[in-house]
Amino acid sequence: MDKLLRNLMIGLLALVILTPLGLLASGTAFGEWGTDEIKDKLGFVPQGVEKLSSLWNAPLPDYSVPGIDPNIGYIIAAVLGVVICGGVMYLAGKKYIRD
Amino acid sequence: MIPIWIYAGKKLSTLGSRKVPFLALAAAFAFVIMMFNLPVPGGSTGHAVGGAIIGIVLGPWAAVITISVALALQALMFGDGGITTYATNCFNMAVLIPFIGYYAYNFISGKTEITSSRRVIAAAIAGWVSLTAAATWAGFILGLQFILYKDANGLPLYMPYPLSVTVPAMFLEHAFAFSFLEALVTGLIFAYLQRTDPSLFYGEKSESKKSKTKKAAPV
Repeated sequence: MDKLLRNLMIGLLALVILTPLGLLASGTAFGEWGTDEIKDKLGFVPQGVEKLSSLWNAPLPDYSVPGIDPNIGYIIAAVLGVVICGGVMYLAGKKYIRD
Repeated sequence: MIPIWIYAGKKLSTLGSRKVPFLALAAAFAFVIMMFNLPVPGGSTGHAVGGAIIGIVLGPWAAVITISVALALQALMFGDGGITTYATNCFNMAVLIPFIGYYAYNFISGKTEITSSRRVIAAAIAGWVSLTAAATWAGFILGLQFILYKDANGLPLYMPYPLSVTVPAMFLEHAFAFSFLEALVTGLIFAYLQRTDPSLFYGEKSESKKSKTKKAAPV
């Protein structure tokens, strides 16, 4: 395999292993609060948010795997992300990009 | 967003098959880099996106698709970002960041050689500018939601804070924190690729094409 590609993949793998560093920050990004957090902040949950919040239930909310240590779960989520994002892009690229 | 995706898809198909593994890496990279949450004073967090470097290396249109793929997986599988906010998030992170990043990089680079060290600085600044600008725009959109959507009692339907809160919050936390990570990531990856294979960059002729034209030229 191309040496550059191999090195980039090693770099990405290192990032995946380091992702639990991203868990050190405990707060939520601005505007991305869950309904419980909004309730703590305001004392009520805006109606629209209340309605839409039940629209979709993610299988692995907040990048955690039920019953598994959060750090390991976060790495598993990162691996899944890499495999699925990389896989989808690779297959789509192979199918639609021709020389 | 739909016409942008369609056009980006068309542009993507002309990228050349050599770039396919790099597209896959870019989508995976965008996903992973957004998992690095940084704390800021006040209890909020945020992250880099990697949009500028993807825009510079693979071109802004390819970045639209790769980052949209990463955002889709975040929303569907991990409940992050959101389904109803998907198009807006894509516009901010998959369109604004790579396009602003790409043009800022080109503007600062000027006519310098692709191997010039000025381009490393240009890439880093492009990372900072693109994330800060896109985040400020996101803050504006959040504040607009406060103005536009209220229930019968005048309570906010979605965003509970006005523009005077949302714009400074998004601008300041990015300008003084997250955008520096974006700048660092953009500069480092750029410097590495520049040393390894500058022909990879969007708009550069590939080595094989160059050597072919050399061979064809009379000696």
